[in-house]
Amino acid sequence: MSGFAELHPPFTPQAAVVEANRCLYCYDAPCTGACPTHIDVPRFIKQIAGANLNGAAQTILASNVLGLSCSRVCPVDVLCEGACVMHNLNKKPIEIGRLQRRAMDHFYESGGRLPQGAPSGKKVACIGAGPASLACAAELRRNGCAVTIFDKKPLAGGLNTYGVAQYKFTPEDSRKEVELLRAAGVEFRNGAEIGGNVNLNDRDFDAVFIGVGLGPTQPLGVPGENMPGVHNAIDFIAAYKTATPLPMGSRVVVIGGGNTAIDAAVAARRLGAADVTMIYRRTEADMSAFAFEYQHARHEGVQFRFQARPSAITGNGKVEAVECGADLRLPCDTVIVSIGQSKAVEAIAAANGIALEKGRVVAKPETGQTSNPKYFAGGDCVNGGREVVDAVAEGKRAAKGILAWLT
Amino acid sequence: MADLSTNFAGGIRCPNPFWLASGPPANCGDQVMRAFDAGWGGAVWKTIGDPIVNVSSRYSSVDLNGTRMMGLNNIELISDRPIETNLREIAEVKKRYPRHAVIASLMVESKREVWHDMVKRAEDAGSDGLELNFGCPHGMSERGMGSAVGQVPEYACMITEWVKEAARTPVLVKLTPNITDIRTVARAAKRGGADGLSAINTINSITGIDLDTLTPRPDVGGKSSHGGYCGPAVKPIALHMIQQIAADAQVGLPISAIGGVAGWRDAAEFILLGAGTVQACTAPMHYGFRIVEDMIDGLSNWMDSKGYKTLDDFRGLSIPRVTDWQHLDLNFKIVARIDEDKCIGCQLCYAACWDGAHQCIHVDGFSKPEEAVAATRALLVRTPTTQAVSHAVPPKRVPKVDEHECVGCNLCWLVCPVEDCITMARIDNGLAPQSWAQRTAARTS
Repeated sequence: MSGFAELHPPFTPQAAVVEANRCLYCYDAPCTGACPTHIDVPRFIKQIAGANLNGAAQTILASNVLGLSCSRVCPVDVLCEGACVMHNLNKKPIEIGRLQRRAMDHFYESGGRLPQGAPSGKKVACIGAGPASLACAAELRRNGCAVTIFDKKPLAGGLNTYGVAQYKFTPEDSRKEVELLRAAGVEFRNGAEIGGNVNLNDRDFDAVFIGVGLGPTQPLGVPGENMPGVHNAIDFIAAYKTATPLPMGSRVVVIGGGNTAIDAAVAARRLGAADVTMIYRRTEADMSAFAFEYQHARHEGVQFRFQARPSAITGNGKVEAVECGADLRLPCDTVIVSIGQSKAVEAIAAANGIALEKGRVVAKPETGQTSNPKYFAGGDCVNGGREVVDAVAEGKRAAKGILAWLT
Repeated sequence: MADLSTNFAGGIRCPNPFWLASGPPANCGDQVMRAFDAGWGGAVWKTIGDPIVNVSSRYSSVDLNGTRMMGLNNIELISDRPIETNLREIAEVKKRYPRHAVIASLMVESKREVWHDMVKRAEDAGSDGLELNFGCPHGMSERGMGSAVGQVPEYACMITEWVKEAARTPVLVKLTPNITDIRTVARAAKRGGADGLSAINTINSITGIDLDTLTPRPDVGGKSSHGGYCGPAVKPIALHMIQQIAADAQVGLPISAIGGVAGWRDAAEFILLGAGTVQACTAPMHYGFRIVEDMIDGLSNWMDSKGYKTLDDFRGLSIPRVTDWQHLDLNFKIVARIDEDKCIGCQLCYAACWDGAHQCIHVDGFSKPEEAVAATRALLVRTPTTQAVSHAVPPKRVPKVDEHECVGCNLCWLVCPVEDCITMARIDNGLAPQSWAQRTAARTS
């Protein structure tokens, strides 16, 4: 897709070695501690420096099976690279994300496979095919469990396929990670909505993992939000990434202050909108978007209006303006709403006696186990919506919890 | 500005002590004249002798952590150009650059009359001195020349005598390091009447093997041969050998130092160990003749800052500071100190002290490094994503030195990536200096 040049292009092989050699190889390294999946960063960087790219990739995958997507979408500034001791030397932190990508790109280009454990005879179902389930499934396969992943969408990968900004990660790359798991023996059943067109009989499985993520974007609750020309951010991003972009005019207003709102706003710019304005009900400092995402959006030409709360979307049969009280009227052709996603686990939770709190699954942090001991959970449906790498960490921990519970 | 002018080995004069070593950069007159224009004070011509046939490829190198050519290896032989061409160009260079030093490096058959003839022709061409190549370790040595001469003191002495019978200019003998004790050949050269020494020639090496073809480098049609190793990697070996011959009472000859000279600091170090001039080959091969600019400028500035007006003012000053181990003070005590404000928390000193030294650097709360790692991992059951990352070093990551256990080995200081974070501090233990020699003498008396 044109207009979506990568935000962080890959290293050339030699540049990667030069960068890898900058790494001090810290003991008990802070970067490893700052990674939610605890990738042994100094180890894989040393392996890149020593021309052992397959070894580097396996080091990454041993902790994080979505090493490719995380190398692209992780907010490294606040994770591994933010913890790099180079900051204290007044030097640029090691570009851990791009080095990880170097190893993972090589792994996929060379047709790498995951190691598999001897069959244990155990069967586990994972509901949802997003990062949490993929990570859970990989860990279970590594330990010999049979795993079936059910997902209502036609393509597996969850938000990695449908929701990550195109200039960070493409559906084709997301597919590589899904295919890696398929090659490792994970069974995928797409178009299978549990509680919808498919009923899950949990007696067929030794344990069940819930990684369904979040539901659709919450409604704005103002007049005019169902008018043609109003989209929610999740649908807007998913459409341009995996199908055809939703119709969009040249003047776009994005409502929200989170990272997804930023992704949608930048995408609108790159899709050709001349005038993109984000409006957020509170102040700049209150935005939940990362500071570097906010700066990136400004570089891309996105305008910001703070302390502006939409009161109505107006127009004659199609969107013409967003109104924020009597004082502010923003003429536009398209409105994208991104004010947080609703929860999607109510039905599954109710059917299986799983406790929720504020719409989120209650799961033990160490094991992912829910109030129904046979059910485990992780990712956005537990944490309310965080990074891909958090979902991977929770999926992996839940797999370990399942393995411990099954023995 | 300091005076860098040099009068070496009884009559070889040049504006500064920086010479091109005999090798590819001094292969022809045009190169040598361009080098002189760039600032080089002298050049030792690529070794002249009966023209040879070379192979391709000829060089291979050792890279270190992405830095190219830390060490360079070659299997190139002496000049492949006719003797008369080389001599004609020497004459032209001397005519155009009378103030610069041109030294003819020579290697011919081990016959008295052949050497006499070669010496006469080189001097007739106008060379300011002669360098006898008794050091080339590859190819020529298989034909009874180069290091085949330099590894047998009697041969080296004999040929030096032949040369001195005919020579009117200073004669330098170039020594091979591929020998158990370089001083034996240095002394032989002295006995043969040499006016000076050049050292070191290249070191026998195989630089590496291509892990796909399994052929060592450089690859000549699927085979390789040992070559001569030089460049920054060999400098410590060269410094040691220069010190050995400079400190030897039986040698007492001016030395033109060779081995990893790439900058003014290298030159200063060799001169402090007694060198009269320094020669460089790998550095100009790597970066071109222009690197001499900062050799001159840097050395001058350093001399000015130290108050040295001429090279003689500091030549050899470090020689007395090298002694046998038995004379070192056993009661001299230093310990490592870590500056908490400068520490970046990389813990390289911690791992190095535990795994590579004497287990006297600690992290609070743990009895060994593996416990610290295990504790970190145990804390990581849940990692909150934070927006505000503090770059301050957590105090618990700053290691501490147990000064009572510290043996003062320097390893932590060597591995620390932060300048002046770890310092080695003198401890006054109240003990008078005592060497091993003194201690054993006291025991036996």
